[in-house]
Amino acid sequence: MPTRPLSPHLSVYRMSRYTLATSIANRFTGMALSVGLLLLVYWLLAVAGGMQSYARAVRVLATPLAQLVYAALIVACCYHLVAGLRHLVWDTGHWLERAQSQKSAWLVVAASFVLILIIAYRLWFAGAHAP
Amino acid sequence: MSLRSPLGRVLGTGAARDGVRHWWLQRLTSIALVPLTVWFVVSLLVLPSFGYGTLVAWMRQSSTALLLILLVLVAAWHSQLGVRVVVEDYVHSAGTRTLALVMVLFTHVLLATAGVFAVLKVAFGGAP
Repeated sequence: MPTRPLSPHLSVYRMSRYTLATSIANRFTGMALSVGLLLLVYWLLAVAGGMQSYARAVRVLATPLAQLVYAALIVACCYHLVAGLRHLVWDTGHWLERAQSQKSAWLVVAASFVLILIIAYRLWFAGAHAP
Repeated sequence: MSLRSPLGRVLGTGAARDGVRHWWLQRLTSIALVPLTVWFVVSLLVLPSFGYGTLVAWMRQSSTALLLILLVLVAAWHSQLGVRVVVEDYVHSAGTRTLALVMVLFTHVLLATAGVFAVLKVAFGGAP
């Protein structure tokens, strides 16, 4: 570490704060969804390539590892959507007080959890379609 | 005494000469992505299967093709804006940072173009 004075870094923040956790999670899920974009384009190209190309892609897209990636992407998508809406509310100047942002942090987690549950229910109990 | 020129103050674009453009575009793309993402997820959930025939029939509908193209374009744009900030925050060496930013931009343009091309190919019936 240099001896000159440094601006406050990670060590000054209380890492257990959910306002901090929700902020980092928003960035992290955003990065995950960028990888999801890659997967979306791969999937679209596979369909565009014709029946055989799609059949080849499905062998990759239907592996247990890929299923795990979809599960992660569903979680990331639901969270990033709700957390993004919270950011849009902040941009209008509302909910910026500490107590409000702590409350909305919980609201974001709860709302994304509900969305995840709805999608999971539809996928595994009501939908029952294979990729 | 301010050292900022009157012209600079009027333009309001700051040291990066870009003003609030990045911030504003990130907001606009995020607002557009709300309905697009909801449409995409719901559409996938109500598809009867992910079989080839079902997907092609779905993608050949004009409304599907249009919304898929919008989704790919806006998602790629929003993703590029987001990844750019992460690179700017965590890559400290100037040379590596510039290289990474150019790679991020090129990758996203490639992804967007490939996605739009794929949707159009299916929509216009190129696939058998």
